[in-house]
Amino acid sequence: MTAAATVGDLVSQPYKYGFVTDIETEKIAKGLSEDVVRLISAKKDEPAFLLDFRLRAYQQWLKMDEPDWASIGHAPIDYQNIIYYAAPKQQAKKASLDEVDPKLLETFEKLGIPLSEQKRLSNVAVDAVFDSVSIATTYKEKLAEHGVIFCSISEAVKDHAELIERYLGTVVPSNDNYFSALNSAVFSDGSFVFIPKGVACPMDLSTYFRINSGDTGQFERTLIVAEEGASVSYLEGCTAPMFDTNQLHAAVVELVALDDASIKYSTVQNWYAGDENGVGGIYNFVTKRGQCRGDRSHISWTQVETGSAITWKYPSCVLQGADSVGEFYSVALTNNHQQADTGTKMFHIGPRTRSTIVSKGISAGHSSNSYRGLVQMGPKAVGARNYSQCDSMLIGDQAAANTYPYIRSQQPDASIEHEASTCRISADQLFYLQSRGIGFEEAVSMMVSGFCRDVFNQLPLEFAAEADKLLALKLEGSVG
Amino acid sequence: MIRPDAPVLLEICDLRASVEEQPILKGVNLTLRAGEIHAVMGRNGSGKSTLSKVLAGHPAYRVTGGSVLYRGDDLLALQPEQRARIGLFLGFQYPVEIPGVSNLEFLRVATNARRLEQGLEELDTFAFEDLVRERLQVVQMDPAFLERSVNEGFSGGEKKRNEILQMALLQPLVAILDETDSGLDIDALRIVAGGVNQLASADNATLLITHYQRLLDVITPDYVHVMAAGRILRTGGKELALELEERGYDWVDVEIERLEASELEALAAAQGSRTPAEVG
Repeated sequence: MTAAATVGDLVSQPYKYGFVTDIETEKIAKGLSEDVVRLISAKKDEPAFLLDFRLRAYQQWLKMDEPDWASIGHAPIDYQNIIYYAAPKQQAKKASLDEVDPKLLETFEKLGIPLSEQKRLSNVAVDAVFDSVSIATTYKEKLAEHGVIFCSISEAVKDHAELIERYLGTVVPSNDNYFSALNSAVFSDGSFVFIPKGVACPMDLSTYFRINSGDTGQFERTLIVAEEGASVSYLEGCTAPMFDTNQLHAAVVELVALDDASIKYSTVQNWYAGDENGVGGIYNFVTKRGQCRGDRSHISWTQVETGSAITWKYPSCVLQGADSVGEFYSVALTNNHQQADTGTKMFHIGPRTRSTIVSKGISAGHSSNSYRGLVQMGPKAVGARNYSQCDSMLIGDQAAANTYPYIRSQQPDASIEHEASTCRISADQLFYLQSRGIGFEEAVSMMVSGFCRDVFNQLPLEFAAEADKLLALKLEGSVG
Repeated sequence: MIRPDAPVLLEICDLRASVEEQPILKGVNLTLRAGEIHAVMGRNGSGKSTLSKVLAGHPAYRVTGGSVLYRGDDLLALQPEQRARIGLFLGFQYPVEIPGVSNLEFLRVATNARRLEQGLEELDTFAFEDLVRERLQVVQMDPAFLERSVNEGFSGGEKKRNEILQMALLQPLVAILDETDSGLDIDALRIVAGGVNQLASADNATLLITHYQRLLDVITPDYVHVMAAGRILRTGGKELALELEERGYDWVDVEIERLEASELEALAAAQGSRTPAEVG
């Protein structure tokens, strides 16, 4: 029994969120066409500008090709074999939680996200999205007292159409890439956050995404706007049942920060990763981008990626305002046959803009884990600075780790630093900890959390605990 | 301190072990009683470091024969962490660096694992902080080292002090110190040896593994064993170490050659005298 094989066993823990909720669902037929786009828009009773937005995106998508530059491989995706809209059969959003199907509340409770008034988290407002629709949002009224809007994007389209029209698609244009075009055509639900001028959001906001139906794609859309001097911390979590087919998840997230505004966006991604042979699992093709539109604005991405069969995701910052700051902190854990190609893009446009990138990749089993990042210094980015640190940890001898840093500078006065390292959990390190009375599992877990500490320190408190638990869960098991 | 009636803590009997199918230990016998300090000396490759790793349970070494009893119980059946919890300690020749894992947290988890086994209550961060600050005195270590990652960026001497600090916290019954003197200048050697002397008591035993007399100038052993080719060739008092210092190890080579030749002869004779029926 080699140490590496045993560590491998440890990270191969069964997925705990793989159950399916038995609930009557309204689904449309498989396949994508202009009619399907119109149908989705009609189901959501959308204004004309949004239908136009969708149709334009659909036309653009038809002319585009799936990107093939990422370090991932998969069988071709049959876009006509996906259901683009699925919703639990209940009337549009209920006024009160008492009217929500108890099965749905139970599902979220099982996932650790209690929504009912008595049990809900006291300091986090939650928007719960089930398949294609949002089923409940907590603390809406309390937030409204501060002028904060937190609701599903479908509601926002109805109640705050002018804000949606002003901001939607301005950070990630629908033709930005193949998957953003697809999402723009068929997106179903997601969250909308608006923090007005000068307001510090009084509590953390969170959206929990749950895929339930098989054969269904999830195409969520999130838009967060922080006006001048506003600030918010937003958390996102997600899980899905275990199916032996692959499911497509193609989300778009847009963040807008005006002068002196600050947005902190944290993700713990735990979509179903497929079984140990790589059968099933979510294909996670996500476009996330934040725009520091205002001077001295600040956008920070923190992600803990542990799930999905394939992760293709590059949360980025467009640093337009002078002195604006972008940050990207990432932990990506891959195991078995998981493939992750993830990183960030930092576009330095304004003068004295700063960005920090800290990426920690952990690869176990036969998985492949790539960091891909771009740092671009534009001609006006005088005095701009970037610091990047990309560390990889290998567990076992079958896993792969790659780092692809791209650097482009048109500004001689900008400074760019890049550091990279690769390490392995060595048998000697494990033995050292064991010889001090620390059990094998705890030794592995100590080293992995130690490796991830710089990133976990960036997570909001509740999430840091959750992330640590999640990694520990993946590392838990008998020493044998 | 030799007391014939002191309880036996560790009893190694005809221990044999291999690494990558290569036999390294070829029948080691050694008994440690409470209160005793033993020194195992020998050249590089004599098997003395292997002995320490096998006792601590390193997975790369395979035990192929013999037994080790720890206070009467089978030590070899236990996982390395279990051996540590019941009071066996290995001070490493080359302590590894573990980036990202805080030294203070590591020391606390290790100490609590040992305490739980002893039926003592676990120490919280505050109680542990008090304990560790007191034990730092044993090796005159700067508290700043507690805030760093385990051994990361420590000098050779700092690593060895950190080992003895761990020993001071874990209070082992059997401490095996593998080449603790290597890489230390004379001042660091005094501090480390002073720590070992402070921790040695009538209740525990120490096994020093070393190359040189200079460690034994500062820690006085009750027994000195000379190891060569995977076994203990000779045992004596502290004067044996002085003799080694004077005569070098060449005589050991001669003796081991003679021993191995006679064993081969005996083996050949045994095989030659077998009747076909016995072999079949």
